[in-house]
Amino acid sequence: MSIKHAEEYRDRELSKSLIQKIHQNSHRPLRLMEVCGTHTVSIFKNGIRSILPETVSLLSGPGCPVCVTAQGEIDAFIELSREKNVIITTFGDLMRIPGSDSSLQKERANGRDIRIVYSAFDALEIARNHPDREVVFLGVGFETTAPTIAASVLSAQAMNLKNLSVISAHKQVVPALNALMQTREVRIDGFLLPGHVSVIIGAGAYRDFIRHHPIPCVITGFEPVDILSGIHMLVRQIDTGRNILENAYPRAVSETGNAKAKALLKTVFQSGDTVWRGIGSIPDSGLFFQQAFENFDAAKRFRISYRQTPEPRGCACGEILTGVKIPPDCALYKKTCTPLHPIGPCMVSSEGTCAAYYKYHGG
Amino acid sequence: MCLAIPSKIIRIDGDMGTVDVDGVKRDVSLLMIEEPQLGDYVIVHAGFAIHKIDETVAKESLQILKETLAFVEKDDISN
Ligand code: SF4
Repeated sequence: MSIKHAEEYRDRELSKSLIQKIHQNSHRPLRLMEVCGTHTVSIFKNGIRSILPETVSLLSGPGCPVCVTAQGEIDAFIELSREKNVIITTFGDLMRIPGSDSSLQKERANGRDIRIVYSAFDALEIARNHPDREVVFLGVGFETTAPTIAASVLSAQAMNLKNLSVISAHKQVVPALNALMQTREVRIDGFLLPGHVSVIIGAGAYRDFIRHHPIPCVITGFEPVDILSGIHMLVRQIDTGRNILENAYPRAVSETGNAKAKALLKTVFQSGDTVWRGIGSIPDSGLFFQQAFENFDAAKRFRISYRQTPEPRGCACGEILTGVKIPPDCALYKKTCTPLHPIGPCMVSSEGTCAAYYKYHGG
Repeated sequence: MCLAIPSKIIRIDGDMGTVDVDGVKRDVSLLMIEEPQLGDYVIVHAGFAIHKIDETVAKESLQILKETLAFVEKDDISN
């Protein structure tokens, strides 16, 4: 069966000419960073690293939502799951992330009620069906996920549902780009900007960033032709000394983004400082409940305080998320840290760089 | 969490709908898109349709990409 709007972008001939162009236009070593877990997976799955000229290195940035979640937040989730009468609802990829002394998966094995959901609306349903229990949703993700949580909170409010609350550990991409550019050890020549975060925020959301930090930026999608044309545009910009924002994904990303989703975000959340794994606290990069929605804030309802807990000893996830290291640089990679026994989140999440390296570079 | 492949809307029931992506059917919220219609291709994230693909833009940008590549190729030969 043909898959519309995907198949054309898997065209071998198109890919071949793009690869040729990239080879022709890349003259010096370049470090390009993708800031989206779905890009990371697609790049590995399609073997894109191996067909690029040796001069082009692709680094995975802070684009995997559970990987950038701070250790203190993971510990807070685990603490919450131990509360009496609570049902935790979460996306599946958080389950195995190691906290300081446990994981949600271990807590579930110990009898805590932790349920994997596919959408935040599912959490709403669970809350409706269990009026005598407290249902908490673990809100992790970027601007793509946050509006779906906002929509669910608004629905819960409309239904007068009192037993649902959300931990908002959401993060915003543009402040992270700013932080990366201000970190001295980080050396990046161009960014592949996330496809679906950009669907929501729109290309316009990056314009201030690029004005302050002139650097080649290309928004792109997930099929091989999307990624290759994104890389081609970056390589050409670098070759011709330009620093502009280009959109290689116009079928999905507009200048202004999704107005309804942005309105949902604005109604329910406000920006505030939050801690990212490997980067630290980034101003205005988090999304917290507006005062009018405070009664949905699980952190307030359960008086959760985030502690600054250290990341797993020896784990280089933080440096990997900023492109300072690649997984083989970590002493634990493939030795004590494997997908079966992960030490850090980058080995747990299917979007994590260590997991992708392990899977596609032969563990 | 991100479903990279566009899915086709095959059922609409108020703010909810069903999409089909290569034979797999899923219920999604249509709250975030404008005027969903049967047969529209949408991008789905965590149970929500977040974007409706504009057919014209999709066709045009593919055409532009092909033309750019063909143009650059000719250009290179003449150089
Ligand atoms: S290999 Fe394991 S320990 Fe090393 S950085 Fe990756 S997740 Fe952390």
